[in-house]
Amino acid sequence: MSIVFYIVAALAVGGALAAVLLKNTVHCALALTIAFAGIALLFLQLDAQFAGFAQILVYIGAVAILVVFAILLTRGSETPKDGVYGRKWPLGLVIAAAVFSDLAWAVLQSARVLPHEAISAPTVTVLQIGNALIGRYVLPLEIIALLLTAALIGAVIVAMHEKEAGK
Amino acid sequence: MTPLMSYLLVAALLFAIGLAGALTRRNAILVLIGIELMLNAANLNLIAFWRYGPHPESLTGMMFAIFSIAVAAAEAAVGLGLVISIHRHARTTDLDAINRMKG
Repeated sequence: MSIVFYIVAALAVGGALAAVLLKNTVHCALALTIAFAGIALLFLQLDAQFAGFAQILVYIGAVAILVVFAILLTRGSETPKDGVYGRKWPLGLVIAAAVFSDLAWAVLQSARVLPHEAISAPTVTVLQIGNALIGRYVLPLEIIALLLTAALIGAVIVAMHEKEAGK
Repeated sequence: MTPLMSYLLVAALLFAIGLAGALTRRNAILVLIGIELMLNAANLNLIAFWRYGPHPESLTGMMFAIFSIAVAAAEAAVGLGLVISIHRHARTTDLDAINRMKG
């Protein structure tokens, strides 16, 4: 593995750790942006340029901004006095550690069956991706378009004021 | 340690961090952040298997990841809308304090 992979992986994991561990919620959102950027760089390392730039556009450009907006709208940036963790946080930590050890064990056990010969980087152009999206994957594309429209309208309706409806 | 295994281990670590965040934090927005991290870890797995799989030219894993990114964006919008709505009704996003539906 190249040194670049280790730097980028450390960036992603460090950003994710900071996003989960920091006390101030705004700092968490900014650390989340770093984690998303690290994951996008991992995508680029994997020769998935389109997915990497889609990750940057969608996550850093939209989701992180949405999280910051939600934090500011709910005044969530104030650190609560009695700690930021729930009552049963050791249980959550134990579950997460168990899941990680299980996943890591599964990966390490399957070293023989995973493909490991170094295949050359696939050359995938945006033209090919566009052709696949409009050709073979046109039905999922249309369903995703419908889902996104419905989800955005639903989010607006859920978050809308209910003045006219009365209390 | 093959490259694919390193990517899978990084994705497992990211997933565990996201899960720990979603299970331990009290702020509802931080729980959503943990869920986003878990979705990203799954995407990383999909892309890694696409890259090192036997037929990367068929684009299956790449398409899966792209659709997954779109679904995650919709999920984030609806989830944050719900958090704002809960904050309007309960005046808090503290999940330990929102216990009206607790049996």
